[in-house]
Amino acid sequence: MEYALALFVLAALVALAVAAPLRGRGEEESLESRRIEELGAAKEAKYREIRDAELDHRMGKLSAADWRGLDRELRDEAIEILRELDRLEGRSPGER
Amino acid sequence: MAGVGSACLTIGLLTALYAAGASIYGAVGGRREWVDSGRRAIYCLAALCVVAFAILEAAFLRSDFSFALVAEGSSTDTPTFYKVTALWATQDGSLLLWATLLGLFSSAVLFLTRRSLRDIAPWAAAVLGGVAAFFLFLMVGFENPFNTLAVAPAEGAGLNPLLRHPAMMIHPPMLYTGYVGFSIPFAFAVGALVTRRTGADWIRATRRFALVAWTFLGTGIMLGALWSYTELGWGGYWAWDPVENASLMPWLVGTAFIHSIMVQEKRGMLKIWNVSLVCATFVLALLGTFLVRSGILESIHAFGASTIGVQFLVFICAVIALSVGLILARLPHLRSEAKLDSLVSREAFFLLNNLVLVGLCLVILWGTFFPLISEALTGREASVGPPWFNRLTTPLALVLVLLSGIGPVLAWRRVTPGALRRILLAPLGFTAVTLAVLLALTDAAQSPLSLLMFCLVAFVLAVVGQEFWRGASARRTITGEAWPRALARLTGRNRRRYGGYLVHAGIAVLFLGVAGSSAFLEQRDVRLAPGESFEIDGYRVTYREPTAALGGDDSGTGAPISFGAVLDVRKGDERFTLRPSRNFYSSGDPSLGTISRFFEGEATSEVDVRWGLRKDLWLAVRPDIASLERPIAEADAKFADSPGEVQALILAALAERYRADPPPAVFRAIASPLVAWIWIGGAIAVLGALVAMWPVPEARLRRVRALYSARLGKELSRA
Repeated sequence: MEYALALFVLAALVALAVAAPLRGRGEEESLESRRIEELGAAKEAKYREIRDAELDHRMGKLSAADWRGLDRELRDEAIEILRELDRLEGRSPGER
Repeated sequence: MAGVGSACLTIGLLTALYAAGASIYGAVGGRREWVDSGRRAIYCLAALCVVAFAILEAAFLRSDFSFALVAEGSSTDTPTFYKVTALWATQDGSLLLWATLLGLFSSAVLFLTRRSLRDIAPWAAAVLGGVAAFFLFLMVGFENPFNTLAVAPAEGAGLNPLLRHPAMMIHPPMLYTGYVGFSIPFAFAVGALVTRRTGADWIRATRRFALVAWTFLGTGIMLGALWSYTELGWGGYWAWDPVENASLMPWLVGTAFIHSIMVQEKRGMLKIWNVSLVCATFVLALLGTFLVRSGILESIHAFGASTIGVQFLVFICAVIALSVGLILARLPHLRSEAKLDSLVSREAFFLLNNLVLVGLCLVILWGTFFPLISEALTGREASVGPPWFNRLTTPLALVLVLLSGIGPVLAWRRVTPGALRRILLAPLGFTAVTLAVLLALTDAAQSPLSLLMFCLVAFVLAVVGQEFWRGASARRTITGEAWPRALARLTGRNRRRYGGYLVHAGIAVLFLGVAGSSAFLEQRDVRLAPGESFEIDGYRVTYREPTAALGGDDSGTGAPISFGAVLDVRKGDERFTLRPSRNFYSSGDPSLGTISRFFEGEATSEVDVRWGLRKDLWLAVRPDIASLERPIAEADAKFADSPGEVQALILAALAERYRADPPPAVFRAIASPLVAWIWIGGAIAVLGALVAMWPVPEARLRRVRALYSARLGKELSRA
C-alpha cells in the first residue's frame, strides 16, 4: 500500500516537473547562434594560447624569433575568429 | 519507509529512461522543449536517488533491521560513524551510491551547459540517462536495497570489521565519485561523435569534471593504500590486488586523457586518441565496479560475490560496442587539424607520456585478468604476483617520472636546442649534485633502480621549482611585485599550468616514497614473551606487558574484546612506546558456545606506527589465545544461555587471566623508510589538482577578455 501510494505521488510529481517545458513553445534556434557560440569558445581558447606563448617566451622557453612568429600566427587566427564573429553579429571592427 | 524507497527507485528507472528518450527525440527533431524536459528528468532522477539514499541512511542510523540490508550490514553495537558507512559496504547500497552520485554529477553538468553545447548536451543527457537506467535496473530487478524481512531480527550481523577504519569510510565514495565523474566526459564525447562536432567544445565543457573525477579517484586510491598499510596487518600499502588494480587502471588512462585533451584544445590534434581514451576510461571505471562486485577474481577487497556479474558484463560489452562503432563511423570527422611541428615540443612529449600511461594500464590489465585468461586457455587458474607487476611496471614508472620532468619545460609547437639547453641546465645540475650526495652519504647505490628514481625525482622537483622561479621572476620584472605576491599572482593567473606542475611535483614525491620503502624496507617476525626484546634497523624493541580491553578498543571500532601489547622502543636517545592490538569480533553463528562466539568471528590487526619523515616503525601483534581455549570451553558448558552481564563477567575474567599469565605473542615489525612521502606526495598532488580545477573569477576573466579584445580589435581594424 505504502509502495503504491508513494509510486503514485512520485510519478505525479515527476510528470509535473518534466512536462512543464512541453507546455510552453519551444524556442527556435538558428545555425547562426550555434556558430557564434562555437566561435566564442574558440576565441577564448586562442586568447589562452597567446597568453601561454607569451609566458613561455618570458620564461626563456621560446626564443624571441620563435615567439614573434608564433604570436603573429596565433593573432592572425584570433583575428580571423573575431572577423567571423563580427560578420555574424553584424558589427564592424571598430564597434568591438 | 522501505516502500517509499522502492518507489523512488522504480520511478527513478522510468525517469532515467524518459530522460534518454526525450533528449534523443528533442535532439533529432530539433525540439528544444523536449530537450529541456529530458534535462529536467535528470534533475528529478537526482532528487529521487537522494531521497532513496536518505531513507536508507536513516534506516542504518536507527538500526531498523526490518530492512534486509541493515540486518546484513549493521548492528546496534556498530559505532554511529560506521553505521553511516555501512550503506556503501553492501552491494545494493553501493549501487545506490553510484546512481545517486551519477544523478548529481549529471544534473550539475547539464545545468552548467543548459545554454551552451546545444547539439551535444541532449545526446550527453541521453547517455547519462541510459547509464543511470542501467544502475537503477540492477537495483529494481536484482539487488533492491529496500528489500524487507518478514520478521525483523533483534540484532544485525554487523559491519565487516575490516571496514571499520576511517579511511574506509571515505575510500569507496571517493572511488565511486571518480568512476562516476568520468561518465561525464564520456557522455559528452559520445554526444560530440553523434553530432559530428568533434572540435574542442565538449572538452572545454567537461575538462573540469574530468579533473574532479581524476582527483577523487586518486584520493580514493591513496586512502585505500593507507587503509591497507594500517589495517590489513601485512605492512604494505599496495599488493597488486585485482580490486586495487581495478581502481588504478581508469586513473592511469584518465591521466593520459587529461594530458592529451590539452593537445586537442591547443592544436586540434589527437582527436581519435582522445575519444578513445575517454571511452576506455569509462569502460575501465565500469570494470572497476564490476570487479569489486562480481567476485570473478579472488581479492581481499571483494566483499561477497554477487548476482549481477552477467548484467555488468553485458553492459560493459554494449558500451565498448557503442564506443568503437561510433569512433569508426566518425573517423573522417576526427582528422587532426594540425601536424606535429617538432619532436621536441610539449605535444610530442604529451603523446609519449600517454603511450607510457596506456602501456602501464595494459600491463596491469593483463596481470589482473591473467588468472581468467590462463583458466580459459589451459583450464588451470594461474596468477601473477607482485614480483611480476613490479618487474614490468618499474621501468615504465621511471620513464613516466622522467617525462613528467621534461614535459613542463617544453613549449608548445617547438623548442630550439639552445633554449632546451638553457632550461635543462639547472635541473640537470641539481640532479647531478643529488646523485653525488646520495652516493657519498647513503647506501642508495645498493638498489640501482631506486637510486635512478631518486635522481629522477630530484630532476622533476628542480624543473618544477625552476618553473615557479622563472615565472615569478618574469612577473617581477614587469610588475615589481615582491616574491610571495608574484608567486601567488603567477599561480592564480595560470592555474591550469601551475596547478599541473604541483601535481607533477606531488607524484614525484610519491614515487620517492615508493622507491625508498620498497627497496630499503626491513622486516622481522618474532615471537616474544613479556620482558624479551629484539632489534630492527637499530631500534631495540622490548615487549613490556600484554593488554586486554573489553567493550571499547582504542580504535573505536566497537570490538567487544581486544588483546594487545605494550612495547618500549629505544634507539640512541630516542624512546617511545607502541601499542599494537588485535580486535576480536563476535560471530553470529548460533552453533557456537555463548563465550566462544566472542573469539570465533572476524579478527583484525590494529597496528601501531611511529610515523616519521625518514622512516616509519610499523608494529603488529598476533596474540596467542590458545591458552584460553580450555577455560572458554568450560565457560561455554557452564554458562550456556547466560545473560549479558554474566557473559561480560566471564570475558573480564578471561581478559584478566590473559594479562596475568600471558603466553608469548607473535610480532611483525617493519622499518620502512620514506613511506610518509607517499602520503605527502599524494596530498601535494591533490592540492595541485584543486589549484588547476579552481574556476577563474568571472570578474577577472571579463577584464582579461576585454584587454585582449581591445588589443586584437585594434589589429583587426588595421588589417
